[in-house]
Amino acid sequence: MEVVVDNKVLEFVADFKKPEASSEVRKQAMAALSGMDFPTTRVEEWKYTRVAKYVKRKYKQVQATVNVEDYTIEGLDAHELVFVNGYFDEAQSTIKDDDAVSIQKIEELNEEYYSDVVDGTEENVFSLINKAYQTGGVSVVVKKNKKAKHPIHLIHVVDGEELIANTRHFVHLESGSKAEVVATFHSKNSTNSFTNVALEGHVESNASLTINKLQTEAKDVLHISNEFFVQDEGSNFLINTITTGGILTRNGLDVIVEGENCHTEMNGAYLGTENQHIDNHTIIDQLYSNCISSELYKGVMDDKSSGVFNGKVIVRQDAQKIAAYQSNKNILLSKGANVYSKPELEIYADDVRCSHGSTIGELDEEAVYYLRSRGISEANARQLLVAAFIGDVLEKVENEALRAYIDKLFLTDFGWEF
Amino acid sequence: MLTIKNLHASVEEGAEILKGLNLEVKAGEVHAIMGPNGSGKSTLASVLAGKDGYEVTEGSVDFDGADLLDLEAEDRAKEGLFLAFQYPVEIPGVSNVNFLRTAMNEIREYRKEDKLSAKDFLAKVKVASNLVELNDKLSGRSVNVGFSGGEKKRNEIFQMAMLEPKLAILDETDSGLDIDALRIVSEGVNKLRNKDNAIILITHYQRLLEYIQPDFVHVLSDGKIIKTGGKDLALELEERGYDWINEEIAQ
Repeated sequence: MEVVVDNKVLEFVADFKKPEASSEVRKQAMAALSGMDFPTTRVEEWKYTRVAKYVKRKYKQVQATVNVEDYTIEGLDAHELVFVNGYFDEAQSTIKDDDAVSIQKIEELNEEYYSDVVDGTEENVFSLINKAYQTGGVSVVVKKNKKAKHPIHLIHVVDGEELIANTRHFVHLESGSKAEVVATFHSKNSTNSFTNVALEGHVESNASLTINKLQTEAKDVLHISNEFFVQDEGSNFLINTITTGGILTRNGLDVIVEGENCHTEMNGAYLGTENQHIDNHTIIDQLYSNCISSELYKGVMDDKSSGVFNGKVIVRQDAQKIAAYQSNKNILLSKGANVYSKPELEIYADDVRCSHGSTIGELDEEAVYYLRSRGISEANARQLLVAAFIGDVLEKVENEALRAYIDKLFLTDFGWEF
Repeated sequence: MLTIKNLHASVEEGAEILKGLNLEVKAGEVHAIMGPNGSGKSTLASVLAGKDGYEVTEGSVDFDGADLLDLEAEDRAKEGLFLAFQYPVEIPGVSNVNFLRTAMNEIREYRKEDKLSAKDFLAKVKVASNLVELNDKLSGRSVNVGFSGGEKKRNEIFQMAMLEPKLAILDETDSGLDIDALRIVSEGVNKLRNKDNAIILITHYQRLLEYIQPDFVHVLSDGKIIKTGGKDLALELEERGYDWINEEIAQ
């Protein structure tokens, strides 16, 4: 029987495998989708990021396996969890001996607890598609007052053309615990594929979570990620988002700070070449007093690439003595490249300290000449200056094994040495 | 080593600044070029070092057999030319020693020499920084960032000591230096002087020449060298200014 649908979203998901709908989260997401549409550039949040042509395409769900060794990071010594085309590749995954950490499939996540954590937050069409049709992911719990012995490395690979990878994870840090998550995104033979990932979590009181996200998919992959975290009193949250891959990338990152004395840090480095489009949208919602947040995003755009930074900070009426810093700096290496930068501060409290800065410029030609006058070729001089510019974001990655991996990647991909 | 013949240069799409300049510099010599503001001193330095924004309309510059004007800025450095800038730029994020390592390796590759080992490089850094009393911290920091005026100029001479150029042009290196910094910079330069290299000092004031004794003093005026003498000429200029030379020529 032919199903006639006039809703673009329902048409988009029509061929996806109907999951066994025992999950309330799935049911609610599916129900919500029927009333949704894909965003157009008339929607402020998507003004500079045009998804229309990508969502007209059809994507397949295909389970596959890869060789994990192609994606491990030397010296990281991590729990390795592999997701291929959105499916959990258990055979390639390794969970180490670590009494601080419990790793289970996302289905094991307590939905009542989950609904309580995300209560009242806004979903979008992509996060709903993810939640309705997710095909795999993990629920990680870091136990109270314990420190994870190993970083948790979430390895995502898209292998094949015209595929969708709906991976969904939840990271729960119980009070006083500490952990580091490394999320990497890779692809091969991935023309016109779509990574639609959701990474969510809850950082309970006095817990510390560090996330390093490295997206290096091929320049023919659509990548949309929805990241959402809730912080309780006295907790620390740090995320470093490094993006060099994808034809169109949208990193949507929301953090709700639901307690006093929290520290929230978001850093990002994005490097665009060819026709890449890289969009970082961040929200920090401060509900309580005495919190600090800082954001540093830097972009280097070459060729005809474009970048978007939209950083929103909301300081609610009762959130006094908030210090919120935000900086977005961009360098354009070619005349065809462009960047849209928009800081947004919504402040309802009266005793706060907020700052934001946004710059878009070119390399300092005086500095290029200075280096050349010392015998350095023009290409190397430019490379040195770009590396110096982006270097202070990379400095935020404290994990040495990961940092070495990133440095090597930049050297191979861009010829940039740090 | 350096032969400048009938050099004419102008700012791009602008007025002519050098109007037929001739100069011959031999190995082992120190030449001072003095002159009033706007006489073309800094333009000469910029044209020789290959800075963009200038157009050479006539004349030639031979640098040890190479047509200097035909070379890119970086290749002039690789051939052994060095310019100590009047206003050294600050380069955040690029460490002094790292960029020098890159520069020296590129230069050595150009000259088909072996790479400098890390050990030899660091030994050189130590000697060079001692020479201008630039402490290790400064040599490891970002290029000129947070340096005082004097430190920036000392950093220029530090780089000169590292790169060991055949010909160094010091563009107003003495400007903005207090008496202590002037002494340190000058002593550094004097120690780098030898029979195989040459130095061109571009300066406004005679005081630098008390520390670094030149073999020749040239007076640049309106884009030409109008008088050449020994180091006593500098003293005379200090005392009498520049006008008397023009009058002398007029007579």
